[in-house]
Parts: sequence; C-alpha cells; structure tokens
Amino acid sequence: MKRIVIVDYGLGNLRSVFRGLEKSGAVPLITSDTGEISAAEGIILPGVGAFRDGMEQLAGMREAIINAAKSIPVLGICLGMQMLLEWSEEHGRHAGLGFIPGTVRKFPRTPGYKIPHMGWNTLHVALPDHPLMEGIGEGSYVYFAHSFYADTAFSHTLATTHFICPFASAVTSGMVHGVQFHPEISGAVGLQILKNFIDLV
Amino acid sequence: MTLTRRIIPCLDLKDGRVVKGTHFIDLRDAGDPVELAQRYNEQGADEVVFLDITASKENRGTMLEVIGRAADQLFLPLTVGGGIRTDDDIQQILRAGADKVSVNTSAVLDPSIITRGASRFGTQCIVLAEDVRRNYHENPDATPVTFPDGSSCWYEVVIYGGNKPTGIDAVTWAREAEERGAGEILLTSMETDGTKMGYDIPITRAVSEAVGIPVVASGGVGTLEHFYEGFVYGKADACLAASVFHYGQYTVRQVKEYLANRGVPVRF
Repeated sequence: MKRIVIVDYGLGNLRSVFRGLEKSGAVPLITSDTGEISAAEGIILPGVGAFRDGMEQLAGMREAIINAAKSIPVLGICLGMQMLLEWSEEHGRHAGLGFIPGTVRKFPRTPGYKIPHMGWNTLHVALPDHPLMEGIGEGSYVYFAHSFYADTAFSHTLATTHFICPFASAVTSGMVHGVQFHPEISGAVGLQILKNFIDLV
Repeated sequence: MTLTRRIIPCLDLKDGRVVKGTHFIDLRDAGDPVELAQRYNEQGADEVVFLDITASKENRGTMLEVIGRAADQLFLPLTVGGGIRTDDDIQQILRAGADKVSVNTSAVLDPSIITRGASRFGTQCIVLAEDVRRNYHENPDATPVTFPDGSSCWYEVVIYGGNKPTGIDAVTWAREAEERGAGEILLTSMETDGTKMGYDIPITRAVSEAVGIPVVASGGVGTLEHFYEGFVYGKADACLAASVFHYGQYTVRQVKEYLANRGVPVRF
C-alpha cells in the first residue's frame, strides 16, 4: 500500500481527496508534519482560497516539499496546482514554489462569461502518452471552481481547457504535476486521474 | 467545447433525513439523503445541494455526519446550506466534506460573514442564497424589474425562510455579495417557489445580468421547458430543482437530454 500524504495547510474540504485516494488504492494521511512529508511516497498539495495565504500557511513545509519533490511524485490540486508555478498575480505579485515555469493570472472579465469558472468543462489532452492521462479520453468532463489560471509553456501542459481563453488545466514538470480542476469531485474521470497518480508512486 | 450548464437537485433535510417521501421504492432507506444523492449522481446530476431546514444547534452533529458520508461516497460537488451563522459553522461544514456553503439570513444580518468566509476559504466556497419577493410599493432606490406585459415592480430580499421582509433590493444585495467575495448566487423567488409554474424569469435575468458571478435559478420548476427558460431567458448558469426529481416526474438525465436537443450545453 502506498503512503500518500495530503498536505494540510488550510481549511477546505480534504475529506473528498482522502476518500478518493483511498478508493483508488492508497493509504492517505492528512498532515502538516514535515517528518511525514519527508517520509511520504507521494504528496498531494490540495487547496482552496487565496494564493498568498496558501503560500504563507505552507511556509513551514516548503523546504520539506521541495526536497521530497526531487524523488517522489507530487500532485497539486486547484490552488495547490497554482502554487507549483513561479508566480501568481492574485492580489499583487507573489512567488510560488517554482516547480513549473509560468505565472498564475486572473481571467479577464469578458461579456458572456461568469467568473469564477465554475462547473463542468472538458479536457483536451495535450500529452496523451503521459501516465497521469492514462485512460482519460479527449473531451472528458471535470469540475472546475477557480478565478485564476496557469499561464505556462506548452511543453509543461498536460491538458488544456477553454474558458475565455485556452488555459493549462493540467501541468507537469518531472515528478511534479498539477491539475486546475478537482479530481476528487469529478466523478469517475477524477478518480481515474487520482489512480493514475497513485500508479506513478 | 464549453462550460456546461448545471442541473442541481436539492434535498431538504430535517434531523439528517430527507423531508419529503420519495418515489425511489428500491432505495434501502428512502429517508437517507446520501442514498438519494447517490441516485441523482447516477442520473448525471452536476452538483447536489443539502438544505438543512431544521438547522438547530443540537442537530449540527447529525448534519456533519451526513455531509461526511456524502463526501465519502459521492465524488461530486456538494453545497450545504441552512442555519449557517458563524465562521466556525462554515469551517465545520467544509471540513466535514462539503465543497461550498450557502449563507442566507445570517449574511443579511451580518454581511461581513461573506467577506470573511471568502477571504479565508476562497470565493468559490461561499454561495449567497437569496430569497426574494415582488414588491409593488414605490421605491426610487430599488432596481425596477419589468415584465413582458410592461408592468414593473422591485424585488425585496426576505429572510427567515421567506417570513421576514427586509426592505433590501434584491439586485443591489446580489451586487454587494459579489463585491464581498461570494462566488455564486442561489436565487429563489418566493413568487414561484412551489408553484410548478416555472422559474421567476424577470428577476433571475436581472440578477444574472447585474453580477459577474454565476447565478443558480431556484423555485418553480414543473416542466422540462422551465429548465430551458431558466437558462435561455433567465440567463442562469445552473438550475436547481427539488420536487420534480424527488417525485420522479423527471430524471436528471431526461432534463439534460431535453436541453441538449434544444442546444443548451450539458454534460453527460
């Protein structure tokens, strides 16, 4: 059984992530303990809320996560994915963990579009051979709830989604991966992605 | 491809049990909200709302237990509303496994609960539930809403389950909630709620056009056409319904097939 640590640095719903991982065959642990993070076989960086607050709450665990990511797989979800990037423009300019090149930007207000981007939208798989995308068909629906998006290089883009503009809905760089949507509440497609992550471990 | 329009079944809960009886005779426990939500999940529901209509302090534990079981089994977005009064209530409900919380009366009494909730847990978690009623008394400060026959009125926010008028203009309140950080508005018109005559289109459209955040239409669905009207004429981003699903008049899938045939983007 694979020991996956869900990094607990905020206040959102971690239960769905926990159960999703469990259902996909892992032994998850919700913790903010750096020892546990260092001993993990895989790390999930979840997250809801604001970028700067998230980075501040993560500060004590930052080094442990950066070290762990050299040798074990990491999956960021939603804000957790955004924090993998170099920068965010949410309420000022803030540094992220810097695993993935690029900047988190706000969707521009556009007539006909409501922000947050909230609901089910489709994935266009850019790297179909990547193990995280195993079994994920072109046009699969996943659930989004966000106002900021990752602006990154095409070479780091696992999947794109169109909302106002095409944006990176799944990103990758070495052992580090991220998804803008919420796999833990995206039904069977989401559980498949969690399972794919566990298989990477 | 595009962001799809959402269909959201709503379950009214009392002491952790579904209030109205259901037609799902094959459920092991017809009063269990988790089992019923699971059925809607299988039909293709995009989200589920649990509305705690008792919402007394003593029942909070029961509600948290139900939310936890739902999160364990559903893997679908879950919104919980009813009786959420404090920041701690919000935190407990999210921690138990809900993805969004809706605030209604408490937000009117103290709008800062929206501001704090959004900054702490994120805009996408905080839903303003707004119950409204038509008011024909002249009010120069309120936003006039015009009907197809040319008549007009304004819509007043009502609280405590629709019992208490507040004098607050519904469109203005929706805008304020957005500014304070609400990520969505769940709009229920007391004029149409329970009538099966269709959503209150004029106010749904007025609120949807006044704010930049998604609006969920609620109250009055009786036919498939009503869902279409909610999206196309009401400009809603999601349509909520209870009894048409509850009593088996339609399945979520039937609603979506109807909408897809009429060109509304939905997820299957």
